[in-house]
Amino acid sequence: MLTAKEIRETNRMIEENNLDVRTITMGISLRDCSHPDLDTFCANIYEKITHTARNLVRTGEDIEREYGVPIINKRISVTPIAIVAEACKTDNYVKIAETLDRAADAVGINFLGGFSALVEKGYTPGDRRLIESLPEALARTNKVCASVNIASVRAGINMDAVRHMGEIIKKIAERTADRDAIGCAKLVVFANAVQDNPFMAGAFHGVSEPECVINVGVSGPGVVKTALEQCRGADFGVVSETIKRTAFKITRVGQLVAQEASRRLGVQFGIVDLSLAPTPAVGDSVAHILEEMGLEKCGAPGTIAALALLNDAVKKGGVMASSYVGGLSGAFIPVSEDAGMIDAVECGALSLEKLEAMTCVCSVGLDMIAVPGDTTAATIAAIIADEAAIGVINNKTTAVRIIPVPGKAVGDHVEFGGLLGHSPILKVNSFSAVDFIARGGRIPAPIRSLTN
Amino acid sequence: MRIIVTVVGKDRMGIIAMVSRILAEQRINIINLDQNIVEGYFNMILIADMTDSKAALKDIQQLFAAEGAAMGLDIKVQHEGIFEAMHRI
Repeated sequence: MLTAKEIRETNRMIEENNLDVRTITMGISLRDCSHPDLDTFCANIYEKITHTARNLVRTGEDIEREYGVPIINKRISVTPIAIVAEACKTDNYVKIAETLDRAADAVGINFLGGFSALVEKGYTPGDRRLIESLPEALARTNKVCASVNIASVRAGINMDAVRHMGEIIKKIAERTADRDAIGCAKLVVFANAVQDNPFMAGAFHGVSEPECVINVGVSGPGVVKTALEQCRGADFGVVSETIKRTAFKITRVGQLVAQEASRRLGVQFGIVDLSLAPTPAVGDSVAHILEEMGLEKCGAPGTIAALALLNDAVKKGGVMASSYVGGLSGAFIPVSEDAGMIDAVECGALSLEKLEAMTCVCSVGLDMIAVPGDTTAATIAAIIADEAAIGVINNKTTAVRIIPVPGKAVGDHVEFGGLLGHSPILKVNSFSAVDFIARGGRIPAPIRSLTN
Repeated sequence: MRIIVTVVGKDRMGIIAMVSRILAEQRINIINLDQNIVEGYFNMILIADMTDSKAALKDIQQLFAAEGAAMGLDIKVQHEGIFEAMHRI
């Protein structure tokens, strides 16, 4: 029999520490929608998405109500559009993005990911059309998220694509300058992108995934921080055990929700993603966990060690709590979406370079980084190349979601709103990488032995 | 199926009577109850079995939401599954 103490503990996590299920993401294959005629293709994908996901939001809300745990987002990921639209006889994919946006509105979700291309080894014509369509597509849609994979352990780093993405990010920023370059917040440039990630903006439904699948992302930085408050001054063995126990409990809720959603929707259960995903809300910050461990501010010396411990302990605790774990699974460190990260940047404790180093030991990469509007395309490309190199050499997923905000400089502030939060403009190293980026070609795949 | 009913609010006469009346009317059997009062605030956690009830969990939640609001109480009704998942392997 459950005890009152256990029941109170769970409800306290939900009510006071922001425990929630961050997202139920339905992955939908669009492979059967291909058609040479653009209008027919758009009709096919609209029909497929709105039919397959017709009960997604209602089911999520039912589970939320019955169990009393908030499920913040219901989302959809689709097969990378560059692949399924390849056969379309058209020179751009903006209309496809608009169709995806309408489908997302029709089923009531808040984001749809998969306006994506995988170009780590080179482009097909479809890949090029998709990437060239990004500025207009992201300016004209609200819910469509895009991603481009430019590197992998097995292919190396496509430096032509890296250069191209630097230019495209600048164009997106200019095209959405009236909204502080919000278009850039909906684009992730990946190395080693995963096929089953439920989190936006980088979610897509990989080509080796089944017809339809349910992936769930849990959250709960506030719960981990509160647990650590109970063991101030204790050694790192105790810290690690406390995080593991907390991650186990959080993940069990994610597993329950994933199984229920899968059963009720009649859709295969894919994975639970163990990521600690912060929000701008007070008490929901990854940076504050690191500070609870004894750092004056996130970014201080010791930050990498603290983050490494956190990331590892979350995985160790979470893996046993779920039958299938996947996605990005690690601590996210988005700057504008984390109250503690924002504070740390504002007081000068946290820099772009320290964030880069942090990405070596945690999930994903440089996420939601607002930089001066005059940052050049070559510099953005070089930042992407650095981050891709970290991923490729260390056999992990890394990514860049960077926003060069037109008209803004260091000392200014940018407001994205909602879950995307707000951020001070981060300083970027002003020395040039123009000649480096101009070379193009591909950095070969790395050797996987002699690993020093 | 078991449900967990959590009641929090300023103490007054008739809270347990109201909760148990609704449960009995819906043929829901109380199997455990933990209740205390701290500085005038009533706090109760109740575990009940819905096996013989024809009502849906959603209906029970709506009943308690309405009755609770009328008495100035916050009443939460949850499926037991979330607690079992978190605290039992």
